[in-house]
Amino acid sequence: MTMWTALKEPFAAKEQRAVFVETLQELIDRNPRVVALEADLGGASGFSKIKESHPAHFVQVGISEANMIGVAAGMSLRGYIPFVHTFAPFVARRACDQLYMAGAYSKNTINVFASDPGVCAATNGGTHTTFEDLGFIRALPDALVFDPADGVQLNWLLHELVDRTGIHYVRTTRKDIRPIYKPGSTFEIGKGNILTAGKDVLLLAMGELLGEALDAAARLQQAGISTEVIDMFTIKPLDRDLILQEASGKKLIVTCENHSVINGLGSAVADVIAEAALNIPLRKVGIQDRFGQVGSLKYLKQTYGLTAEHIQSVVQDHFSA
Amino acid sequence: MTPQELNQLKKYSAHIRANVLKLMKAKNGGHLGGSLSIVEVLSVLYGRQMRYDAKNPRDPHRDYFVLSKGHAGPGLYSALSVFHFFDEAEIYTLNEGGTRFPSHPDRTKTPGVDATTGSLGQGISVAAGIAYALKLQGTDQYVYCIVGDGELNEGQCWEAFQFIASYRLNNLIVFIDDNKRQLDGYTKDIINPFDIVEKMRAFGFSTERVNGGSEEAISAAVDRAKAVTDSAVCIVLDTIKGQGIPYFENIADNHSVKLSPADTVVIDESVAALSAIYEEAK
Repeated sequence: MTMWTALKEPFAAKEQRAVFVETLQELIDRNPRVVALEADLGGASGFSKIKESHPAHFVQVGISEANMIGVAAGMSLRGYIPFVHTFAPFVARRACDQLYMAGAYSKNTINVFASDPGVCAATNGGTHTTFEDLGFIRALPDALVFDPADGVQLNWLLHELVDRTGIHYVRTTRKDIRPIYKPGSTFEIGKGNILTAGKDVLLLAMGELLGEALDAAARLQQAGISTEVIDMFTIKPLDRDLILQEASGKKLIVTCENHSVINGLGSAVADVIAEAALNIPLRKVGIQDRFGQVGSLKYLKQTYGLTAEHIQSVVQDHFSA
Repeated sequence: MTPQELNQLKKYSAHIRANVLKLMKAKNGGHLGGSLSIVEVLSVLYGRQMRYDAKNPRDPHRDYFVLSKGHAGPGLYSALSVFHFFDEAEIYTLNEGGTRFPSHPDRTKTPGVDATTGSLGQGISVAAGIAYALKLQGTDQYVYCIVGDGELNEGQCWEAFQFIASYRLNNLIVFIDDNKRQLDGYTKDIINPFDIVEKMRAFGFSTERVNGGSEEAISAAVDRAKAVTDSAVCIVLDTIKGQGIPYFENIADNHSVKLSPADTVVIDESVAALSAIYEEAK
């Protein structure tokens, strides 16, 4: 049941990787079938801590992401619940066929911690950046795809996923993300969360861009543009009903994502709007068909227009045009 | 192995081979060469070495079989029909809409198929995962996996081999079907595999090369592999693409054949000769 509360005041939250690892340790204690697989990034993901605390539940596969997905599939065939980690591009791009064939098509269960999607790759740069993972993974039949808002939601999500079969792709930064929800909040897979109400503009955002969308909404509110923000942490299945319901009467819809505007949240929302023949303009804030590069998260968000200021200007430009 | 037991395995091989040929004839062609080269190893595995219950193919206590060279699906279906996983008649629905017998094995469709394969290089990783899990679970079950020699072109095979060797997964018996040919020609002319046995040894596998047309040699090699306790194990099967039917062995491109009228005559004659072997006891 959905029982969440948005934070009024910021609080010091854990890094996402700490949430992931601590939640997995908790899940292993509850369910001995849970295992963590790593492709030589245990120091980066924190999965090495699982090796220390639960050595029988940690599988070091080495730098072989394709093989790791196959090994996870094989372990799934023996009843294990694998959680695999690597950087998002090394699973979504490099091991996409394995996730398709050994995973989804074979009806195996694989939970993926796809870390540092989009600009979260930061100083690892363009080689380690994926702006296109949602395009690949959304197209896998039956796969569930998430970009969680914060650690509270991530913790809740992992508890949900452990009892489900299939391919579950969780893209999130390894590091800090702005806390959105009060600890103990619960959610529902496939359901968006209305964080702020508004009547003129609908901002649909997720993950790293959710905080920016909330800031943009506050600025727009001050400028006299009433703006609603929805957390679309489940990208697939998308909450079509909520989008249609909340789009009704709005003058503009804006999607905000740490991903290419091709094949990500914006494209998914465009499908919903077009199929329902809604006569409402859509603007997509995201990466405009470009490659990644090195830089701080702040620099990259500014460079690619993933900021509250940019979201605000997109909205205001629309109304002043 | 007693002479009687060996004779039984030869009958199984004849039956599997006949079923492959009949299946090819019914479909006017298909993946003939690579299906025929694994007939003897399938006969040994299902006829002697593997633990399974054909009436309960998902028995959790079974040994597992992964056909990483998934294009030899017709060979596997022919074997599974001989070993009573389903009625032979049903395999002739191969590749028809809605069939349980797609060209490449699909674990969600066919009784007895433990892993979905066909995108080459992937089955061996899945087999490694099953073997790793079985070790964790402390069981004495085995996983048997056949990798094609052409399939060794895929880098993922070598990723998997490193994993299997590093963890000394001696409960996974890796067969490499060295039939010397792949779709576009001889393996030595496409991407030269050099000495496969030396390569596997260098990767950390206890490896031997055996006559892949001899049930006796294969079974003895499996017995020896099962006695290995301290490393991964690999059996390189020295085979012929199109094995057992000289006419098809000698066709230059026998990977996926489209049958001529002359080919079907050979099939009919071969099936008659093979039937005489396996029906002898009836």
